Amino acid sequence: MSEVKKIFIAGFGGQGVLLIGQMLSYAAMYEDKEVTWMPSYGPEMRGGTANCTVCISDEAIASPFITDNFDVLVVMNSPSLAKFEGQLKPGGDLFVNTSIVDIEPTRTDVNIHRVDCNKLARDKIGNDKTANMVMLGAIIRQSKVVGLQVMNTVFEKVLTGKKAKLIPSNLEALEAWEMGA
Amino acid sequence: MAEKQLMKGNEAFATAAINAGCRYYFGYPITPQNEIPEFMSRELAKYGGAFIQAESELAAVNMAYGAAAAGGRVLLSSSSPGVALMQESISLIASVELPVVIINVMRGGPGIGSIQPSQADYDQVTVGGGNGDYKTIVYAPSSIQEACDMIYKAFDVAEEYRNPVMICADGMIGQMMEPVALPEPVEPVMGEEIRKKKPWALTGHRNERERHALNSVWLQQDLLEEYIDAYWPKFEKAERELQEWEDFMTEDAEVLYVAYGSTARIAKEAVVALRNEGVKVGLIRPKTLWPFPEKAFENLDGVKDVISVELSKAGQLKRDVRLAVEGRARVSLINRYGGMLLDPAEVVERTKKIMEEVK
Amino acid sequence: MNTVFEYTKGMREKEMHYCPGCTHGIAHRLIMEVLEERGALGNTIGVSPVGCSIVAHQYMNVDMLESPHGRAPAVASGIKRVHPESYVFTYQGDGDLASIGTSEIIHAAERGEHFCTFFINNAIYGMTGGQMAPTTLVGQKATTCVEGRTVKQAGFPLRMSEIMSQIDGAVYVERVSLATPAEIRKAKKAISKAFDVQKNKQGFAFVELLSTCPTNWGMSPTDAIVWLKDNMVPYYPVKKFKDVEEV
Repeated sequence: MSEVKKIFIAGFGGQGVLLIGQMLSYAAMYEDKEVTWMPSYGPEMRGGTANCTVCISDEAIASPFITDNFDVLVVMNSPSLAKFEGQLKPGGDLFVNTSIVDIEPTRTDVNIHRVDCNKLARDKIGNDKTANMVMLGAIIRQSKVVGLQVMNTVFEKVLTGKKAKLIPSNLEALEAWEMGA
Repeated sequence: MAEKQLMKGNEAFATAAINAGCRYYFGYPITPQNEIPEFMSRELAKYGGAFIQAESELAAVNMAYGAAAAGGRVLLSSSSPGVALMQESISLIASVELPVVIINVMRGGPGIGSIQPSQADYDQVTVGGGNGDYKTIVYAPSSIQEACDMIYKAFDVAEEYRNPVMICADGMIGQMMEPVALPEPVEPVMGEEIRKKKPWALTGHRNERERHALNSVWLQQDLLEEYIDAYWPKFEKAERELQEWEDFMTEDAEVLYVAYGSTARIAKEAVVALRNEGVKVGLIRPKTLWPFPEKAFENLDGVKDVISVELSKAGQLKRDVRLAVEGRARVSLINRYGGMLLDPAEVVERTKKIMEEVK
Repeated sequence: MNTVFEYTKGMREKEMHYCPGCTHGIAHRLIMEVLEERGALGNTIGVSPVGCSIVAHQYMNVDMLESPHGRAPAVASGIKRVHPESYVFTYQGDGDLASIGTSEIIHAAERGEHFCTFFINNAIYGMTGGQMAPTTLVGQKATTCVEGRTVKQAGFPLRMSEIMSQIDGAVYVERVSLATPAEIRKAKKAISKAFDVQKNKQGFAFVELLSTCPTNWGMSPTDAIVWLKDNMVPYYPVKKFKDVEEV
């Protein structure tokens, strides 16, 4: 079967979980890759949790619904770590937002990347709201599902008008996390 | 071709409709298609059009009926049980010969069912739905891009055939985001223009012509029989001219999948996987559900097995497949239902089992 | 010789299927006269219901669309969006409007739709052969309550004008009667007023016309008129419930 990178991102509503997925999707689109973004939908979205799946491939993608064998799992809060940890494939990348997640991963067969999103956003960028962009940068640079360079294009296309002034701080946030930290 | 944008299916559908000149939308909230009415409520007024959040699907479809009779380009959308509620008036719209485009973002049934993707509306949309002798022209997209292209075309088909046209998507295609290049906007026929361009429409007779009475009741049954005879040839024409499908690796296939919509994406991946193992598998993907693409089945030389891959317990698609195969191959079913999905690995595995049984 | 009475241009010269003594013909003519007098026959789109008046479009000389049972207010809402400057009206009976179509009439009024509804209340299902209507009076006989309607079995008759007058979007609500020539003249004024309200885009206008059904009531046309006055009017008072300021 064709090689599809399966990325699952989960957290609370309001943490920018869906946005991280959408930014990855834009990046893939501007790299001329095939991409699908699929949110959880229905009553569960009222429960305060949010998650989405992003599939990136060089060939057409069959299903945007992935429930298992993620290549990349991003957890922005503790319940998401507990709930989805088991669905990451062995050798996959697990990104943990340590600013919020206060439990330890139990998996030992995956690569764990701890990202102190909120602290880095506050200390390095001076803007708490860029925490999700800190995580996005960590995912891109560590897992290389898309290139970092394309994010210039993405921000230019997506952040227009009044939002354009956010581009420099967002680009900075992408590099806030020190790889291997 | 327009630049690609990343869009959520439902919003892309609504945009494609506006670009096709649709200016009137009537709907009632139901998951998983709510982004369509939400989008239309924000956008249509900017184009001089109108949006009503109806009190029910019954009201929505009848608002559409009124607006279509008045000569407007009208879109309706709903999901399976909501479409069931609309069926009485879809029959009526067909009987009065009016153009309306309906998007059905299908979900699991029967009854209220689930909100996850399903294809168990196949019978509802292709075998009538409402009462009486009529047909609904049905398109089944398997990507957001294809859905947009089909919606765009559907308005012209609806007006050419003066008949309801349905786009059957599902929760997967409605809710996901994919890159899409939207079709170019066309100018709609509005206001006084309607009188000139659509002489059949209700515009007020202006003392210039006989009054129009668009009616669906026939108190003399012989006149109704004559009326049905008069409009029926258009359905025969549709069967000749509107069949659409995609062939994928069918040339030398011994096993032939038939799958539509989002399920065809899964089946396609299963084809690739089995081909890598040396199994000669292909896929016929109906793009129109009615008329069913029977022409795709004209040559079945060398085909031993035809397998309907669908999200329906009853094998609703399989029945049409069997009619098209006409006994020339064994017809089987690979399915999930209730909102559960197939994945390529499951399709591969179940295909192998079916092939075992043949030996 | 002077012509003292003739067809209104609003009515097509067709033989009507209505029973002797039925007041549908009067109601049809009043609406068409009003439209003719304001020169609006060519700029009107009507919606006919399911019920005895299902073929009103055969008699009325305006563009017309036939609605499914009860849905005429939704159909009219759709028409009005496409032709906001045309006169649009629905013509509905009591089964159509007050039973299967209560949802549509209430919500069209609530939206303050700019069309008029003419509601023919004759307290019975005519076309299907005299079954109990939502407006059938307590004690009144019908084929689905042969001993007379009882509250215990079928509840109370609905007073639609009273209900409609509670809805903010309905700005003009009047109940009239077609029992006597004087009342018929008043009914015509109410119909005309309803079209004024529509023309001035003031909101939704609703006129209820108390009507007779001699055939299904099982009496002569003249007895039916007496029965209407003696039985319907006490329960369905003839009055203006709601009016707009003069513009």
